Amino acid sequence: MKNLLEIRNLKITTLRGRETVHLLNQVDLDIRKKCSFGIVGESGCGKSITANAVLGLLPYPLRVSEGSIRYESKNDEMDLLSLDAKALRAVRGREISMIFQEPMTSLDPIFTVEMQMFEALSFHHPEMSRSAMRERALEMLHRVNIPRPEQTLASYPHQLSGGQLQRIMIAIALINDPRLLLADEPTTALDVTIQAQILRLMNDLKEQNDTSIVMITHDLGVIAETCEEVAVFYAGQIVEQADVAAIFHETAHPYTHGLLQAVTSLGGAERKLYTIPGIVPPGGQWSRGCRFADRCSRCMEKCKEMMPALTEVSPGHRCRCFLHSEEAES
Amino acid sequence: MKQKNRPVRNRALPGNESILRQLWNDPMGRAGMIGVALIILLAVFAPWIAPYDVAKMNAKAKLTAPNASFWFGTDNFGRDVFSRIVYGARVSLIVGIVAVGIAAGFGYLLGMIAGFFEGRVETVIMMVMDVIFAFPSILLALFIVAALGTSIVNTMIAIGIVNIPVFCRTVRASVKTVKSTDYIANARSIGLKKMSILFRHVTPNVMAPFTVQATLALSGAILTEASMSFLGLGIQPPDPSWGSMLSDARKFMERAPWLVIFPALFIIITILSFNILGDALRDVLDPKLKL
Repeated sequence: MKNLLEIRNLKITTLRGRETVHLLNQVDLDIRKKCSFGIVGESGCGKSITANAVLGLLPYPLRVSEGSIRYESKNDEMDLLSLDAKALRAVRGREISMIFQEPMTSLDPIFTVEMQMFEALSFHHPEMSRSAMRERALEMLHRVNIPRPEQTLASYPHQLSGGQLQRIMIAIALINDPRLLLADEPTTALDVTIQAQILRLMNDLKEQNDTSIVMITHDLGVIAETCEEVAVFYAGQIVEQADVAAIFHETAHPYTHGLLQAVTSLGGAERKLYTIPGIVPPGGQWSRGCRFADRCSRCMEKCKEMMPALTEVSPGHRCRCFLHSEEAES
Repeated sequence: MKQKNRPVRNRALPGNESILRQLWNDPMGRAGMIGVALIILLAVFAPWIAPYDVAKMNAKAKLTAPNASFWFGTDNFGRDVFSRIVYGARVSLIVGIVAVGIAAGFGYLLGMIAGFFEGRVETVIMMVMDVIFAFPSILLALFIVAALGTSIVNTMIAIGIVNIPVFCRTVRASVKTVKSTDYIANARSIGLKKMSILFRHVTPNVMAPFTVQATLALSGAILTEASMSFLGLGIQPPDPSWGSMLSDARKFMERAPWLVIFPALFIIITILSFNILGDALRDVLDPKLKL
């Protein structure tokens, strides 16, 4: 297996009453080793549930109904979807860890930072002594540039700022040297200057630790700054996938184009902020044609009838649009 | 970057000193605490406080109005009302605490299971709770006592069962809230076991509403006991209970109003104190919480 993580034909469904509703389908992703991979899309496109599915963290009644998620661990290759609860827990936090959007609420408010860092450590290393854990915790805090790590260890989450908490979350996520870090909108809740710091920190840590990062975001600026490869999600599908330069400079899909136009920039021409009309159709309300058809400015007749297939536009650049290929999804 | 040096204070954990101090600083909280403390003192030190034997009848002093030797007067058997009220506090408190203990214990367990595991288990548990909840509590408690037989233990069990659903619901609702928080998602993402998440992270975080509910349920339980005893299916003679004292006093209400006034007064003080304390506790533990 040449990739660290290979997701094949992932399909996630939920129950709405007695009805099964599709939230995600036909998702194929390859995450290379030591690569940072971006997943971008509007809210409700299936970005976060993809990440949650990798760690088996889908909340009831969501479930993976089809597909495989193969992962190459330090000494073994496995299908994460077929692991039992115990084996899955051994992967969580140790092989693959995750950081979340809201640093302010991601730590338990009633425990100190120290206790929560120890918890992450001691679960995977029960043999570790308290002093060794403390040393490791301090080292991690130091690496994520926390000033006064000693004092921070003794603090409760409400005494720290969002930026500090997100650094601590990153420290906890990386405390067991995982090989893959799933970052679910890690900077969305932070202000812009802190955002830049956190992204730089994640980049540095990736270089130091040979950790692959999956960066889930709706901010193309974040993607541009951190990622090498990008997949654009729309309504539970990948609509475009390419390396980061191609996404920005050889944009193929009208949806990606719309996202790029909607990016705000300082010093740009004075114009009204571009928005893509309409909203993402929620799961269960997808048309049989292209799911973006209703909002697309270049929609053709056939777009409403048939679903375009994800085809290669140029080597390594895939797009799901009839503008680039006649091929339809069977 | 903000570096705040606020004093470390743990708001969610009950039973620590700062919460008691916060309660004391709130006028309502203070009133509640004093009232509750008074009742507890009466109950604990009953043998030393009560001037007479509760069961001892005094044929020479039937229906005596309150005076220097019988502070609250005597009843139709010549028993000292004050002594009976003091011992009645003991009965009320024990019944209340044990009943709430039963209700809280089972309610917590069922609520945890329902909230944490969801699916069919939850549906079944909540359906049973809804059925219990549908009965007027006093009626259901009477049913249970009628089936089990009248005794102080059965009274506690009956009141306990009747109160399970409120705890179950409170706990389930808070477990669901806590469960969907990011820190639980985070705890799962670092590989913690379900059970350790349940006990280490969920339990302490649902303690605040749970504690408030327990305080409020205590007053409810005491009131239910009084009502049951009033109806004759609660505490049996010769054990003194405020409810049965009221019941016995009905016939002599016009001739000896003190027989009604004092037990009623103590019921009111007790219920009021616990309710005020519960409300104040809620405000201290979580100002956003409204039960």
